[in-house]
Order: sequence, then C-alpha cells, then structure tokens
Amino acid sequence: MVFIQFLIIAFALLVISRIVLSFKRKKISLKLFIFWLPLWLIIPATFLLPKTADYLAKILGLGRGADLATYLSILMIFYLIFRIFVRLEKIESDITAIVRGIALKDKDNRK
Amino acid sequence: MKTVAIIPAFNEEKTLGAVILNLKKHVSQIIVVDDGSTDKTGPIAREKNAKVYRHLINRGLGGALKTGIEAALQNKADIIITLDADGQHDPNEIPKLIKPIIERKADAVIGSRFLTRQPMPLFRRMGNNFLNLVAFFLFGVRTSDSQSGMRAFSKKAAQSLEINSNGMEVSSEILKEIKVKKLKMKEVPIKSIYTDYSLSKGQGFIPGIKTLIKILWSLFNF
Repeated sequence: MVFIQFLIIAFALLVISRIVLSFKRKKISLKLFIFWLPLWLIIPATFLLPKTADYLAKILGLGRGADLATYLSILMIFYLIFRIFVRLEKIESDITAIVRGIALKDKDNRK
Repeated sequence: MKTVAIIPAFNEEKTLGAVILNLKKHVSQIIVVDDGSTDKTGPIAREKNAKVYRHLINRGLGGALKTGIEAALQNKADIIITLDADGQHDPNEIPKLIKPIIERKADAVIGSRFLTRQPMPLFRRMGNNFLNLVAFFLFGVRTSDSQSGMRAFSKKAAQSLEINSNGMEVSSEILKEIKVKKLKMKEVPIKSIYTDYSLSKGQGFIPGIKTLIKILWSLFNF
C-alpha cells in the first residue's frame, strides 16, 4: 500500500466515524447522513482501487482517474458553496423577519 | 389624507434631530426605524416626538424600510414618504413629491437628483449612472436615479411592494417591484444636500460594489 493511500483511508475512517456519531447523537439529519456517508466511502474506495477511477475516466473521455476525481470534487464544492449561500440568505431574511416582528409588537419601544 | 414619513436610521444622532424638526410641518406623522443603533438615535427621535420602532440588531436599509412601511400602514397612512436620516434631503420638497399621488397621477414617486444639473462628486455620479444601467438591464426600469432614498408611495403601492432585501440593494428592488406590480411611477427633481457628513454616510466605492453584487445575487431569489 502506498503511503498516500494509507493516509487518505485513515482520514476517511476518521470522518466516517464523525458522521456516524453525529447521526447517532442526532446532530445531523438523516438527509445529511445519506448525503455524506456514501461520499466518504467513495473517496477511500477510489484511492484503494485507482483502476476503477481510470476506467470511469476513459468512458467519459478523460485521460486519468485523478483528473476525473478533481473535476468532480470542484463541481461538488461549488455546488455546496451555492447551497450554503442560499441557506445563509434565507437565515438572514428570517432574522430580519424576527427582528421586524419584535419591533412592530414591542409597545415599550414606541412613543 | 394622512402622510407618514419613514426615516430608517442607523447611528444618525448628529443629523436625525434636525431632520425630524424640519420634517414636522410637512407630514402628519414621523416614524423612525432605529436599526440597531448604538448611539442616541432612538432617544433623540423620541425626544423630538417621532414614533420609534427599534430593531434589536442592525439589519440594513432594506430591513428597516420594510419595517417602516409596515408600521406606517398599521398607523393608517394614506401616503408614505421615505427619506434619509443624514440630512441630504430637503423636507420642503415633500409637497412637490406627493403632489402626483394626491392628484392620482402616480402610485410611486421617486425624488431624482439627476433631473436638474447640480453638483455631485464625479465618482458618485459615475457610480449612480452605472447602477441606473444595471436597473434598466435587469428589471427594464428607466430611471435617472435608481439609488434615491427620497420616495413617496400611495397606500395601495406600499401594500403591494414585496421587499426581501436587507441592505442598500433595496433601492433597486423597489424599482423592480414598481415594474412587476405595474405601479404608475413618476420622477420628481430634488436637490441633494451634500455635506462632508452625508458623503461619509453614503455609499462609497467598496459598499457600492457590494450593493451591485447583492443586486446580482438577488436575481436568484426574484
């Protein structure tokens, strides 16, 4: 086993244990659990069996499995950032709605 | 006709008092939305007999304007006027601003600083022209002053505006809403009083860019 494989797998195991624990302690929802767990199973799998990624890359017309992994990761990261932005925006407007509700209701604030 | 003026204010203790005093003879009621100020903005407004609604935390111009509009509607306003707390708007122009609404020629009136030639710092003028273009391309609204803070709305217009933005990008959002809700809009020339103080409070270059990004971003939500 190459050193980098060992490193990645150890890290993936750590992350997987965090995901499972968080789910057990109900810190993350089932939705998030189903999203993150397979992702962190796929990552060590491709590192253990680099040939599979190479094979997939060939089908898609890419040279190397590593390229495919990089492209997919970047796509995924951008998509997640977008999702986070949307969520943040929603939280911002929810906060405004709460602050507004208090301002309009609170009789002590008025003259 | 009950005319209510809304002043969104965030840390404006220096100018707010004078703005309220000058405003009094032109409107039936003054509402100040204290947007989480940490200075004496709220107490000063109360002392000058304005009705104060306080945001517990700062939410930005858009958030404060919407609170003000809802408060004005609760207070049974027939005409709603918005203006800045920094003293750049001349309250003596209010009769001119609300005239098209009283005569039922418009539902929304924007006080434009660009219908007559008047001195404005060059950089600011360029920034405004650019944001006018943005408003035209994004929303199809032709306006000479998309960032004006002095506006008047009929009750009907105020009820139909759906404001979602929190920050300075609200000015563009209001124009978009005027277009989408098919309100009759009119522009009226106003003077802007530029003092060092009002310049320091307005949008400089970096906040201007931020506003632009927010306007573009809000397209996802529109």
